[in-house]
Amino acid sequence: MKEIVVVSGKGGTGKTSVVASLACLIDRKAMVDCDVDAANLALVLNPRIIEEKEFAAGKKARIINEKCTDCGICRDMCRFDAISEDFIIDPVSCEGCGACFFYCPASAVEFETPLAGHCYICDTPAGEPFVYAELLPGEENSGKLVTMVRTEARERAESMGLSRILIDGPPGIGCPVISSITGTSLALIVTEPTASGIHDLERIAQLARHFSLPAAVIINKSDINPACTESIEQYCNANNMPVLGRLPYEKAISEAQRQGKAVVEYAPDLPVSKALREISEQIISIYKE
Amino acid sequence: MRVQNDQGIMIDLTGMNITMASGKGGTGKTTVAVNFAWLLASAGQRVQYLDCDVEEPNGHIFLKPSITESAPSKVMVPVVDQEKCTSCGECGLKCQFHAIVNLPGDTLIFPGLCHSCGLCSSVCPTGAITEGDREIGIIGKGSGTKRIDFIHGVLNVGEAMAVPLIKKVKNGRKDPYVHIIDAPPGTSCPVVATLKGSDAVIMVTEPTPFGLHDLKIAIDVARLLNIPTGVVINRDQGGYQPLSDYLEAAGIPILAVIPEDADIARHYSQGGIILESLPHYIDVYETLAANLEKLLDTHSVHAGRMRS
Repeated sequence: MKEIVVVSGKGGTGKTSVVASLACLIDRKAMVDCDVDAANLALVLNPRIIEEKEFAAGKKARIINEKCTDCGICRDMCRFDAISEDFIIDPVSCEGCGACFFYCPASAVEFETPLAGHCYICDTPAGEPFVYAELLPGEENSGKLVTMVRTEARERAESMGLSRILIDGPPGIGCPVISSITGTSLALIVTEPTASGIHDLERIAQLARHFSLPAAVIINKSDINPACTESIEQYCNANNMPVLGRLPYEKAISEAQRQGKAVVEYAPDLPVSKALREISEQIISIYKE
Repeated sequence: MRVQNDQGIMIDLTGMNITMASGKGGTGKTTVAVNFAWLLASAGQRVQYLDCDVEEPNGHIFLKPSITESAPSKVMVPVVDQEKCTSCGECGLKCQFHAIVNLPGDTLIFPGLCHSCGLCSSVCPTGAITEGDREIGIIGKGSGTKRIDFIHGVLNVGEAMAVPLIKKVKNGRKDPYVHIIDAPPGTSCPVVATLKGSDAVIMVTEPTPFGLHDLKIAIDVARLLNIPTGVVINRDQGGYQPLSDYLEAAGIPILAVIPEDADIARHYSQGGIILESLPHYIDVYETLAANLEKLLDTHSVHAGRMRS
């Protein structure tokens, strides 16, 4: 199974728009949105949900007032300041370590696994599998939910005899990104030529190296700062990361988004669409079935 | 209280914690945060900028602080004395984060999974577990343009524990200052840790379906934490009806609207302060300040604090 993950370090570099176009251009694959905090790929793939799974992970503690003797041991044990003066546990601060539960002499603490989100298994108009998820507001364990969506997508791909998975990764370099890139075949990094773009590219490239993952780069909005685009190319050359393409700044991308389409469908003749087609051909030739 | 600046009269936010968040990344959160901090500092307020986007901190690129203090940030991790350990398995059984695996004759610790709750050392019957520490990133402090006091956290690459580093950044708050806090994107634990204790949150959004989708989730988180919320619409191209409809129905005020402007994109790409190079945008940020004051006023607790 060849899994290609599109990442960016920072959000807003055009990751999802690139994935949406690649999704139109690369066939015989499953797709996954691993940005479980803010899943956007569904907004352009127009999927039909065929199965919904509940996601529960991590426990939360709750004090039963009738049993509580106000001894204060739980508060002494809690390192997350999650227990108030009048013994109410703030579910947002509680990390679910269970210290209060194990040490309460009156057995007044309940320790349960609450619902933290949903995972949606879908089918796209082209008949390909697509999996995404939504974390409930303020919930944690997004790394585990990422693992769940990836596992579901792999199972669908295997059962349908598909050998490629296209993954829309989350922003950043933290826990959900680590869960999204581990064990994949290629990290496709979307960057933009800005002072912060270079900074973020360096950090995500370091992360790919840390996990011994091959990386390639797409420079979005490459014409807004040609000097900066040049330094990105130099950085990529020096670090053995091929630049698969330069995309020009294109207003039609957000217009395509408003219409729920990928730019290659919405305006196939634009230079940006042509550049995306070339990128997809390179990916297909590297990861032949 | 109000303070005078070159352009006129402005709200005094001393003592307030104002967080910039967005749900989605790339909407212009950092741009709004650094320019708003710059405006307040120009009006003579003592401003502290706290960059809590520890996975990708970018505030320093624009505020250009000289980092005068840089210290590793550590979290507690258990250390097992294998001599005292009887492999009873109690620590591994109680650890909710699967950070401890007990093998016969050996107790293994996985530091990257540890939440530093300390339960293992408390439950160990032989006192074999003590608390050591592990570096997760760096806290840098300094002073930037317009004497803006600056703190950021830089998470080590490959490190999953962002929340303890965010808490350290927030612990660096000083008084009497206005605290401008730059939040990470998304809506999960790092964002919640950043938003907690904020007097107001400014959600920076862009008028697209992606922006709106993520804004809704971020506003749900702010509601859960009961924080007064307003919106800045960035890269406006003459209105986006689904966004206006949502904000009206949700009763969320629009604090300012920043148009789509290639000049802004250019100055941003060079790492500049927009208000320095394009002073005609000062009006937009003053509107933001005035509307933020109204938002805070409608929440009586904050209004009371502000007048004191």
